Amino acid sequence: MPYLEETYDVAVVGAGHAGCEAALACARLGLETIVFTISVDSIAMMPCNPNVGGSSKGHLVRELDALGGEMGKNIDKTFIQSKMLNGSKGPAVHSLRAQADKQHYTREMRRTLENTDHLTIRQAEVSEILVEDGVLTGVKTYSGAVYHVRAAVLCTGTYLKARCIYGEVSDNTGPNGLKAASHLTDSLKANGIQMFRFKTGTPARVDRRSIDFSKMEEQLGDEVVVPFSFSTDPASVQKEQVSCWLTYTNERTHQIIRENLERSPLFSGEIEGTGPRYCPSIEDKVVRFADKDRHQIFVEPEGLDTNEMYLAGMSSSLPEDVQYAMYRTVPGLEHVKIVRTAYAIEYDCINSLQLKPSLEFKKIRGLFSGGQFNGSSGYEEAAVQGFMAGVNAAMEIMGREPVILDRSQAYIGVLIDDLVTKENHEPYRMMTSRAEYRLLLRQDNADLRLRKIGYEIGLVTEEAYHHVLWKEEAIEKEVERLKATTVGAVEKVQGFLAQHNSTLLKSGATIAELIKRPELGYAMLAPLDTERPDLPEDVQIQVNINIKYEGYIKRQLQQVAQFKKLEDKKIPVDIDYTLVKSLRKEAVQKLDRLRPVSIGQASRISGVSPADISVLLVYLEQRRGSHQKSGC
Amino acid sequence: MVKTDTIAAIATPLADAGIGIVRISGEEAFDLIGRIFRKKDGSQLTSIRDVVSREVYYGFIYDGDRPLDEVLMIVMKAPHSYTAEDTVEIDCHGGSLMMKRILETVVRNGARLAEPGEFTKRAFLNGRIDLSQAEAVIDVISAQNDHALQSSVSQLQGSVSRTIKGLRERILYQVAYIESALDDPEHIPLDEDYRDQLESFLETVKVEIRALIASFDHGRVMTEGVKTVILGKPNVGKSSLMNLLLGEERAIVTDIAGTTRDTLEEKLSLGGITLKVVDTAGIRSTEDVVEKIGVDRAKRAAGEADLIIYVVDGSSPLDEDDRAIMELIRDKQSIVLLNKSDLAMVVSKEELEERTGQRVIMISAKEELGMDCLEEEIKALFYQGEIHFNDQVILTNLRHKTALEESLRSLERVEQSIAEGMPEDLYPIDMMDAYGQLGSIIGEAVGEDLVDEIFRKFCMGK
Repeated sequence: MPYLEETYDVAVVGAGHAGCEAALACARLGLETIVFTISVDSIAMMPCNPNVGGSSKGHLVRELDALGGEMGKNIDKTFIQSKMLNGSKGPAVHSLRAQADKQHYTREMRRTLENTDHLTIRQAEVSEILVEDGVLTGVKTYSGAVYHVRAAVLCTGTYLKARCIYGEVSDNTGPNGLKAASHLTDSLKANGIQMFRFKTGTPARVDRRSIDFSKMEEQLGDEVVVPFSFSTDPASVQKEQVSCWLTYTNERTHQIIRENLERSPLFSGEIEGTGPRYCPSIEDKVVRFADKDRHQIFVEPEGLDTNEMYLAGMSSSLPEDVQYAMYRTVPGLEHVKIVRTAYAIEYDCINSLQLKPSLEFKKIRGLFSGGQFNGSSGYEEAAVQGFMAGVNAAMEIMGREPVILDRSQAYIGVLIDDLVTKENHEPYRMMTSRAEYRLLLRQDNADLRLRKIGYEIGLVTEEAYHHVLWKEEAIEKEVERLKATTVGAVEKVQGFLAQHNSTLLKSGATIAELIKRPELGYAMLAPLDTERPDLPEDVQIQVNINIKYEGYIKRQLQQVAQFKKLEDKKIPVDIDYTLVKSLRKEAVQKLDRLRPVSIGQASRISGVSPADISVLLVYLEQRRGSHQKSGC
Repeated sequence: MVKTDTIAAIATPLADAGIGIVRISGEEAFDLIGRIFRKKDGSQLTSIRDVVSREVYYGFIYDGDRPLDEVLMIVMKAPHSYTAEDTVEIDCHGGSLMMKRILETVVRNGARLAEPGEFTKRAFLNGRIDLSQAEAVIDVISAQNDHALQSSVSQLQGSVSRTIKGLRERILYQVAYIESALDDPEHIPLDEDYRDQLESFLETVKVEIRALIASFDHGRVMTEGVKTVILGKPNVGKSSLMNLLLGEERAIVTDIAGTTRDTLEEKLSLGGITLKVVDTAGIRSTEDVVEKIGVDRAKRAAGEADLIIYVVDGSSPLDEDDRAIMELIRDKQSIVLLNKSDLAMVVSKEELEERTGQRVIMISAKEELGMDCLEEEIKALFYQGEIHFNDQVILTNLRHKTALEESLRSLERVEQSIAEGMPEDLYPIDMMDAYGQLGSIIGEAVGEDLVDEIFRKFCMGK
């Protein structure tokens, strides 16, 4: 008999970036929620890079915020430097990235969790999931306590059977020397869940006082900071920022690495997990890109109250003595002192093809999962999955339809669709090139895309919802007005155009036509546009983008319409693919294993050809027809 | 132009009859025909949507300002058509070239080529075909798809495949570069220099694609061709003709009758038409075992031929063997050549025309005379659709060419975006379109190519 038994609606296993979002979403929807963590002191810990956002990840955070998540608000409270990346490029790839004060970030998130109603925090290692007849009924901790729940969300990050390695040293701990979770894997396997072993790594942290910054280039934050959260008052984030620093490796660094390769666990075969290609260790870079004579190193502060600095670009699992030798070849780091050694970490995660698009396990009702446990990488990727998994756990308990974002609605949709549809053999990272409709999925319009959905879920306030409705209308009206407002080839206009090196008018033109010219824009044209209403800046930005990129946006919208047709064709859950005549054997196997929810998802499975999809469409129609006939 | 889901295809067997039908189905069908159909007086229909469903209209199909063909056009409004969608049928003059041109024009104006079985599939999905036929539909789709893919790839010459592969690799590299720079802007630069570099890159690639398109126009890329069999008695000059057509000494030519003991097969292009020419052993009743086998093979080849070229030696009288050959070619499309016009003739052109019922062309393979007439005759037969010929080849050819033209247009859009000062993140959209189009020719999908290339070629990340 277990000595402790309690009952909750939802158990969230893990309180990292995924777990926090999952727990907050469930509790805020009114469900009694318990979140388990190995250490309460490491809630929302950032064990690797000290920043949030960046290319495509910034999009994820904005989308999460629009839906009612917490990450954006938390980084707005705790950032120490902020930059809009790709500011000179097109609006679709503008990406916000902020340096976080790590301790502050953790503290603030913990405060939020601790002060959320219906949410209980519990320090314990969950060692078993309890399943009866394919339905999750509870979780059990290592101490033997049983928690009866209606749904659970697994967000175990990199803790399952974690092992940290550098050189010949290896230690069965989670990140930052925290205790690993060594029991849950066996329970998952016993319940038929297929596990993978992935690997990632982190660079050393060094003492600020041992760095000579005069040999590095200073990297400042933006003069005007854009907040992540649509609810944050922009005035509140204009504050003093700290600097990051840029330096480079050189031939001597590379030589030391090459000479010591046989001592690297990566090359000796000591590490068996699959590492990410986009985030290679410095030894990987030196081997794979042998022609490059230097690599960038960004030196970034870990927070305001610490001297620790993060060496971005130099993650490694070389032995400690080699780490010292190689870091000290880098200009500015000649006398560097290491506070924490760089290491690689191996951990258990799942084959994410076992999940439905709702992030629920196909085989176990009530069991959901998110984050690195699903084979992704990155705080932001984790947070959005945790949120969606939490929301869908709540939807199931509340008897509501799951919330599934598709590839045309959000980066979150792209991320989850990729995870549950495509074979993935390395930690998955978001990239803008993965989003086929990225011109529509901009960070600047995340609120317009997703606020309504967040409101329907129940995590966005009435006020925020109505604001978005108003904004939508304001944009539409202003675009219409600009398309109808003409200016003549008069002196004032020609003078203005000449002044901006723009071709003079032969006859009248609409303001919208002028906005489309590369050298002009909405804001600039104010002097010619006498009837212009006073609109907030975010509305003006949308108006400008909608007009400037109208052609491309239209094309993408047409493609989306085609895409939606296939997404809307649902495949019955009980389909027996072996009965579909003329489907190739490979397609039958792939479809049967993955069990896609729609024709659209089926078409993205590798090994399923367009001909297979045609055959499937005809089969479904035939089936539908015969059901109707027999009165089903 | 964005491809809508409006599809088009030649609905009748190619090159089979005096009249052929090009069918268009889908939402855009009416707008599309409105753009290319004009009445007899050259005026456009005022509003295509106002025309009467299922009534016949007489006029012309225009490619831009150029009239292509005199046609009858029938408009069928949804759901009163085979597919239950808005449908247009163009009854044009049969003949593979004309139908191909009209189909090309239709595609250029916004339709896409239908997949094999797609009209039937739509008819079924829209409830026009009875359920009992569903399985048959599935069979058609899967069988034709297999066939189309096979022939599509196998019809390409190795060199064309290699060129397209090379083009794709280079396009993918450029896209991966742009994407890497967007993903890791503090690491990989994307500046004015790059834009110039990209422009000259696009120019080079476009030149190569245009060259490919031109080669498709001349039909040189297809490994299939009109199966043409040269028949005749021994020593009438069949092998000489073969060598002349090929422009090289391929067949052994001697004065000894029966030199060619087996059939010899070669491919060649004549006036833009690919011929798969089979030289045969001369046909005569013989006791020689080896030669007999050759003769049997020649007869079999004649049975399978799309076109027969019957060579007669004008310097020696017609005999029993000639009668046997005339019997062989009675129901086949054929051209009769009266050879050795350089020698004293004992067979007249008129006599031969009367006995074979075919047009006779005088040639001298030895003096290389009359070859231009032969070429003209073959072209005429082909373009008038008189030669029965594997439809799939022409369609695949058209599919390939359309894909090349699409890829060219996509790259032109990139150039336009650069010229208009559009941001770099828009270039990959069109460049990947071009990449996908080129891939469809050699049967390769896009998949995860881009992400793989980014990671393989560019050093990324923290």
